[in-house]
This record gives sequence, structure tokens and C-alpha cells, in this order.
Amino acid sequence: MSSVDTSDTGPESLIRAPTRIIQAACAVSLVFLIAAFSTDLSENPGNALIGALLSAAFCAVLYKAWPRLLSDPGRDGVMAAGIGIYVAAGLIYWPLFSANPWSSFAGLAGSLIFLLAVLAGWKEVRKAPPTALFGIAVIFLYVLASCLAPILAPYSQSAPMGGSNLLWGSELKDGGIAYLGTDQLGRDILSRLLYGARNTVGIAFVTTALTFVLGSLLGLLAASMQGWIDQTLSRVVDVLMAIPQLIFALVIFTVIGSGAVKMIIVIALLDSTRVFRLSRSVAMSIVVMDYVEAAKLRGERLWYIIYKEVLPNATAPLAAEFGLRFCFVFLFISALSFLGIGLQPPTADWGAMVRESANLINFFLYAPAMGVTPLLPAFAIALLTVAVNFVVDWFLHKMSGLKE
Amino acid sequence: MSKILATIAQRLGLGVLTLFVVSLVIAGMLELLPGDFCETILGQSATVETVNACRKENGFDQPFVFRYADWLSGFATLDMGKSLANKRDIAELISVRLSNTLFLAGFTAAIAVPLALFLGVLAALYRYSLYDRFVNVFTLTSISFPEFFVAYILVLLLSVMTVGENPIGPNGPWFPAMASVSEDTSFGERLYLVFLPALTLTLVVVAHMMRMTRAAIINLLASPYIEMARLKGIKNSRIIVKHALPNALAPIINVIAINLAYLIVGVVVVEVVFNYPGLGKIFVDHVKFRDVPVVQASAMIFAATYILLNLTADILSIVTNPRLMHPR
Repeated sequence: MSSVDTSDTGPESLIRAPTRIIQAACAVSLVFLIAAFSTDLSENPGNALIGALLSAAFCAVLYKAWPRLLSDPGRDGVMAAGIGIYVAAGLIYWPLFSANPWSSFAGLAGSLIFLLAVLAGWKEVRKAPPTALFGIAVIFLYVLASCLAPILAPYSQSAPMGGSNLLWGSELKDGGIAYLGTDQLGRDILSRLLYGARNTVGIAFVTTALTFVLGSLLGLLAASMQGWIDQTLSRVVDVLMAIPQLIFALVIFTVIGSGAVKMIIVIALLDSTRVFRLSRSVAMSIVVMDYVEAAKLRGERLWYIIYKEVLPNATAPLAAEFGLRFCFVFLFISALSFLGIGLQPPTADWGAMVRESANLINFFLYAPAMGVTPLLPAFAIALLTVAVNFVVDWFLHKMSGLKE
Repeated sequence: MSKILATIAQRLGLGVLTLFVVSLVIAGMLELLPGDFCETILGQSATVETVNACRKENGFDQPFVFRYADWLSGFATLDMGKSLANKRDIAELISVRLSNTLFLAGFTAAIAVPLALFLGVLAALYRYSLYDRFVNVFTLTSISFPEFFVAYILVLLLSVMTVGENPIGPNGPWFPAMASVSEDTSFGERLYLVFLPALTLTLVVVAHMMRMTRAAIINLLASPYIEMARLKGIKNSRIIVKHALPNALAPIINVIAINLAYLIVGVVVVEVVFNYPGLGKIFVDHVKFRDVPVVQASAMIFAATYILLNLTADILSIVTNPRLMHPR
């Protein structure tokens, strides 16, 4: 797709050759990752091998994608500095990073993809309003927290570390300090918040991705095929959308029981109806275009038409919808786990954390720090949704501005 | 005029059909429940005879079609059977809860709808001003907040932090954190008790409604007749209230109806937070027990309300459309 995009948007986005900086930075990150994975070599050689192969694959993709996305060589330095800072941090805290090679890998990959995306759109990002910049910064922090949770968290998410309901800054059994206190089972709240970022945000992200693959694929298919496929899919979606989502999800969970995988599948199925509607209506206006007609007359296959002709022209509205859907799914999952239907208990999960500590709010006058404990995970949920909404709002504004 | 009646009749028919299909979907889903209720409540020590007797008593030995027809006719005549968990009559159990939920939703709507319209028109009137920008950020933020976050913040600010400052009772907070109403609570007291849940829901729905109101009006401001009015030298506020607002009515009514539908459903979380004895609370509780008849009945009521409100929105937007009301 990118080759189609870049070929006709002017000399600026011509693919340039990887510079020395790019080569060096990719090599450094590869060496770092392989070193992190190979500390595990004697105990778990299979894991280490898969990790090393994945790291190599990631670095190869980075090597290819970097010069494609960053047309301006001046930004290579920023990217390389990002890699340098990460690797330096990794070397300083080497015991932590080498003990959690997968987290080191996810952290590097996540932050590099994020940095690359921001630098690629730097022209726009520079002119973004402060709310959008705030949103981008917050999202970056959440990406880091959820990728690096085991490295950043001082304690485990499930093991009791001291007395229950300790105040902020209390000392734990092993002499460490629980900066945000402990919960009703004596687990460190700061650690649980960090792990919660990984669990809650991760599940919401996977669910949204699944929602999109399912919804947009079926929507584009319905619009391109029309006829009975379109009719059947649309009627099924009509019925599914006639039932309030939360109620329907709760009925389904009554039947199949709860759990992370079940939750992901059920919510993705229910939510893909919205994406289906949007992608179908967007694609409907595209498939009547002359160039699609021409492709059909050329005798192109259905997949070619969907993937090469329709999809590239529907990406902008779908990207904005991705942000909005993510917020919705994220709030939906939080609401479900707040109601007690979510992840299995020892796993940290923001919605469930609010429910479990809700009663502490009554102690606010006696111990303010303890009183706000239930608000912390709720605030974590709210902050991320606000941040994503700010970015989407800016994106939508830009899109509508381009249209006029 | 007959054309519009035909359209409305068609929509109504479609609504009834949807309702039927939805009831079938819900019943079909619950039919898939692995194991049955009798085995669960009687436990592993139950003999085959007692399990069979229990099945017979609850009608689980009949085929699905019969049970569905039976349930449907029962539901239509407001006879919804008995709860499996506590043997109480569901119609009785639910009707009180439903009226509580409707009370909360109605109270919220009474605050939220006028407020949203007023603020939305104001934002359209002073668009791109500081007020508008503030409203934009504020509404975007409150849309993004989970309901329980808003609820607990309000509890903290208006209940926990104000303990001992109650102007009415001794040593109480301004507003109670638990909305524990019973059947013999008086109307005035009821209003006071549900104030916090209603305020929570108001904050959640006002943002969406006023954004849509603002968008609907601004959308119209580019039309030629508004420009004409402006060229005539009419005041800005008069243009918006007299010229733009009536034409923006259809989308605004639509948004209000959708938000009311959302209210009926969105109460679930708020009812749990405030321990309010409404339909949402009972629904969530019985989902945990896997009490099928109660889940089925309350899910059906939720779905029916949702469909009905969406249908009303649909019909109202036809009725308020002058092009459909006065065909050439």
C-alpha cells in the first residue's frame, strides 16, 4: 500500500537509502535485544531463540520502514537518540531488563513505532493544538507503562507484600516502600496500577484491533459484493445493534461465563457492527468511483479491488474511528470489570480495582490519601480516554479542514 | 398525509418485528447455557429423580419452541414466571425496580435535556469564542470519563467531604452516597436521595447532547436562507433561535431520544455505584447467579425500551420534517 501512496505524492516522499545513522541504530537495538534474550539461554533456549528471531525480524522491518516514513534525513538523529536513550537505560538497569526480555522487546518496539509515527507526521504534529500534544504525550506514557510494566513495577501484581490497606509510603515486609499503599489483600497498589496498564489497555487494544479487522473487512466486502451478502450482513447487524450493547454482553456472559479471551471475542463481535456500518457506508461511496469501475473492467480480483482500490481511500475515516472505538471498548471493558465480570481475580485490572477499593472513599476525612485510592485506577482510565479523544478530535478537525 | 401515515405504520411494523427477533435471539442465547439450572442449584449430591422433578417443575423438559411460545405469551400478559434463585414473582420483582429506574432516568432527563439545549445553542451562538473552546474541551473530557469515575468524584465532593455540614439533618453529608429508596419513600425525599446518581448521569449525557445540538445548528448556518436573514440585518441570536433552531429540530430530537435510550441502559453502572434498587442492579445481580428467567425478562425490557425510544426518534424526525409533512 505504501508503494502506491508514495509514488504519486511528490518528490518529498521518495524512498531514500538507509543512512549510516539508521544502520548503526538498527544494529545497536538488535544487539541489545539479543543480549537481553540470551541471558535466558541456558534455562529456556527455545524462548530465547524465538525472541532473538523476532527481534531480528523487528529490526529488519524498522530498517526498511524508517527511511520510507521519514523522508527528511534530519529526523534520523532524533530517532537514533531515542534508541540511544532506551539502550542506555536498559544497560543501567540491566538486571531488570535482562530478567524480562519480552518486556524489553515490547518496550523498544512500542516506543520506536510511536516515535516513528510522530516524526513521520511531524509537520502536522508541530502545528497541533496543545490539547492534542497533551494527548500524544499521555498516550506515549501509557504505551511505555503497559510495555514495561514488569520492569517498572517494584513488586508483583498478585503477591501480598505487607499488611492490608497500608497508607501511602508505608514500609513493606521486605523493607521496601509502598508509595501508593497496599490494597485489601496487602498487594502494592503502584505495581497493580502499572500491571493494570498492561492488562486493561492491552486487552482493549487487542479487542479494538479484532473489531476493526472483522468490521472493516465485512463492511468492505458487503460494499464491494452487494447483492445478498450485503443484505444478509446488514440485517444481522441491524438486529445486533437493536439490543443495547452492555445488556447483550451481560446476557452472553451469563451463558458462557467470563474470562479474558471470551471477553475479547464477545466485545469484538458486538462492536464490529459499528465498524461494519461505517466502513460499508464509506466504501459504498468509493465503489461507484470510475477508478474502481475501471479496475473491475480490467478483470481484477475482488481482493485486489478491496485492498488496493477501496481500502487506501477509506483509511482516514477508519483511522479516526479506530481511536473512537478504542475509547468505547476501553470504557466498556472497564465498566464490565467494574461490575465484576472481567479478568480472573489475581490479575490487576483497573475497573476491578475501583470496585474492590470503593468503600475506602468513606475514609477520606480521616486519611485523605487512602480515600482517593479508588479514584486512582478510575483516573487512569479517564486520563487515557481523554488523551485519545483529544488526538482523535484534532485528527477529525484536520480531516474536515482538508475537505473544505 | 396518508403517505406519512404509511411511513409511520411501516416503521412501527419494523419495530415490532425487531422486537420479536430480539426476543428470539435472547431466548436462543440463554438456551445455549451449558448444563442446566437444576443441576447447578441442587448440587452434585442430587439424585437423577430430584433433578428430573425440578426440570419438570420449571418446564425444562419441554422443547425450545414450546417454552419460547409459552414465555412469549406469558411476557405479553405480564406473567413472567418466578425467579429461580428466590422463587419470587418476577413481574412483581421487576415492576418496582423498573419504576425506580424510570424515575431516575426521568429525573435526569428533566435536568439534562433543557440544560443541553440551552448550552448547545449558546455554544453555537458564540462559536469559536473562548466559551466555545472551553465547552469543547469540557464536554470531550466528560464524554471520556467512565461513569463510575464521575460518580465517585461526586460522592467525594458532595458527600464524603461535606460530612457534618448538612443543612437539614444533624452531622450528615450534603447528599447521601447511597441512594437507598424503598417503596414508602416520599416523592420529595426520593428526589433528594437520587440527586447524586441523577447528577452523575446528567454530566455523562449533557456533553453528548450539547455537542450534537451545536453541530446541528452550525451545520445549518451555512445555508442560503441564513445568509439571507443575515443580509437583512437580523440579530445573530434571533437568526439562531428563530431560523436555525426549528430546522435543526429533527437531528436534535434524534440525539435526545438516543441519549434517553442510553440513559435507560447507562443506569446499570450508576445503580451499582449508588446501590440504587433499580432494574440495572437486579439485572447485574442475577447475571452473576445465572438466574435465567430474571435475566431474560429484564434484558427484554431493556431491549424493548431501547428499541421503542429509537423508534420514537425515527418517527419524530419524520413528523418534524416539513418536506415529508407537506408533500408537493
